[in-house]
Amino acid sequence: MLEFYRQMLLIRRFEEKAGQLYGLGLIGGFCHLYIGQEAVAVGLQSALEVGKDSVITGYRDHGHMLAYGIDPKLIMAELTGRAAGISRGKGGSMHMFSVDHRFYGGHGIVGAQVSLGAGLAFKHKYSGDGGVAMAYFGDGAANQGQVYESFNMAELWKLPIIFVIENNQYAMGTSVNRASAEDQLYRRGESFRIPGIQVDGMDVLAVRGAAEEAVAWVRAGKGPILLELKTYRYRGHSMSDPAKYRSRDEVQSVRDKSDPIDHLKKELEAAGVSEDDLRKLEKDIRAIVTEAADFAEQSPEPEPEELYTDVLVGQY
Amino acid sequence: MTGESRTMNMIQAINSAIDVAMGRDEKIVVLGEDVGYFGGVFKATEGLQKKYGKTRVFDTPISECGIIGVAVGMATYGLRPVPEIQFADYIYPALDQLVSEAARLRYRSAGEYTAPITVRTPFGGGIFGGQTHSQSPEGIFTHVAGLKTVIPSNPYDAKGLLIAAIEDNDPVIFFEPKRIYNGPFDGHYDRPVQPWSKFAESAVPDGHYTVPLGKARVVREGNDVTVLAYGTMVHVAHSVIQETGVDAELVDLRTLVPLDIETVVESVKKTGRCMVVHEATKTSGFGAELSALVQEHCFHWLEAPVQRVTGWDTPYPHSLEWAYFPGPVRLTEAFKRVMQD
Repeated sequence: MLEFYRQMLLIRRFEEKAGQLYGLGLIGGFCHLYIGQEAVAVGLQSALEVGKDSVITGYRDHGHMLAYGIDPKLIMAELTGRAAGISRGKGGSMHMFSVDHRFYGGHGIVGAQVSLGAGLAFKHKYSGDGGVAMAYFGDGAANQGQVYESFNMAELWKLPIIFVIENNQYAMGTSVNRASAEDQLYRRGESFRIPGIQVDGMDVLAVRGAAEEAVAWVRAGKGPILLELKTYRYRGHSMSDPAKYRSRDEVQSVRDKSDPIDHLKKELEAAGVSEDDLRKLEKDIRAIVTEAADFAEQSPEPEPEELYTDVLVGQY
Repeated sequence: MTGESRTMNMIQAINSAIDVAMGRDEKIVVLGEDVGYFGGVFKATEGLQKKYGKTRVFDTPISECGIIGVAVGMATYGLRPVPEIQFADYIYPALDQLVSEAARLRYRSAGEYTAPITVRTPFGGGIFGGQTHSQSPEGIFTHVAGLKTVIPSNPYDAKGLLIAAIEDNDPVIFFEPKRIYNGPFDGHYDRPVQPWSKFAESAVPDGHYTVPLGKARVVREGNDVTVLAYGTMVHVAHSVIQETGVDAELVDLRTLVPLDIETVVESVKKTGRCMVVHEATKTSGFGAELSALVQEHCFHWLEAPVQRVTGWDTPYPHSLEWAYFPGPVRLTEAFKRVMQD
């Protein structure tokens, strides 16, 4: 439980710092923060085996990487577009990867990663490596046609994949019920015979429980499963979105009543974790985040020659 | 009757174009991701849902293939949809509908059915958007017979061309250079943006007018070299011409298909030299087409090989944006090359 708390707090403080760096102009372009949704990536990925299972997600990807223990320095340096970044500055906030963790990115096109997830699952089955694929997407992406093409293939071929809908209630400025004929998204797999579970995505223990169930189902060879995680993003869709399509009260109310970090903190206190320990943890995390930000600010930009590397595998 | 003129930036001019067109023809509807309630990510459709109601200006799910498919169906049955694809980088799921349906319906029905849709989509770089928010895919569409491709470079043209596109009976891809929505860009990214209000092209009539499709504009007359450009690069080229003092004739193509070949040929025959400028990657880019056409039509008038100044043949980078972008340094070098022989 303490480890969940540590990871969620790291994501929260990291994202707050990223927001600050954006404000200072050190991060440019597009940057989507994970604040409010921390329990989802932390709870789900804790049930996976790193290096054996594979994970793929959309553009709001900082949290998923931090939850996998990927070095915050390398992530922050990618955000600032530096050569030391995990994609050597060539991917940016939305496009980050880690072969060691079988983390397949970080994809900027809404919904496109879901089909790729089915492909990852196919390889797990093909090679019989016992791994499962986890493909995250949002409530907005849930309306892309290729998601359903992937559902059909995944069930037809009984692929070991967990489809995860991170339902943070808003596809940029459009709320779920204004964009979705069936807004109970966990039911979206029904016509493909894919079972779905709706989960409280603000409660990391509930998320972990659902993940264990899903992993057991998929590893047993029963085919895909769909999890809908009900969550909420506190910030705008991206840094340029003032989020005027919802009230300040709505956001505040979620923060007050359902914040995943506050919630777990209370449980930790009830379990007898001392205030001093929690304070020390907070201090350690702030140090890690500060170090990451300094690293990201001081690392050099990539050399111009980098522009032409990695375009194709072979040489031009 | 165009009425009074007002100062508008490109967003306001585009908004005004849709407004004016919708006010004249109730067959025009606007659809896309966040275009209604939210008013569009760049605010190009702000206020239109309030004015025309939710049956004429409405939000769609994030489903680009569906958005264009539905629009083609609407158009075939008599509406004039103006779908927005939020970024040109998101248009690829809709490519099937655009290429196989919108572009070819008229041909395969021997003219019985048409798809008069105008797809608005912001494109181009210079905003630090990385590979999924910066692309210039116009060459993919100019390659498809049956589509028209339009790219404005200033508020006045944006409004006039957009109304012309909406009223046109063929499907039009209307690329909006998002780097210059708020002001022209001289290529010097370290200088502050100058707002459109400081430039004459921001005087835009309130009412209805059109800028015809297929007509280029000579932005600046000159005698020594012809520069062919469109969108953001018109301004980058213009600024470099002024900085270097080259006596160049700058042609803003405005419409790539149908192309105003007469204006291009007339200019190159006068100057004897030609330079083509675009942000998109070089190989099979629209510059290759322009270069071939100039060679076909003006071979005996050319004093030097046609120069292309374009984005490099790489994905649009996150970092190193200004190394990718064909800015003042590369344009200046190209002027030297084209003037050499």
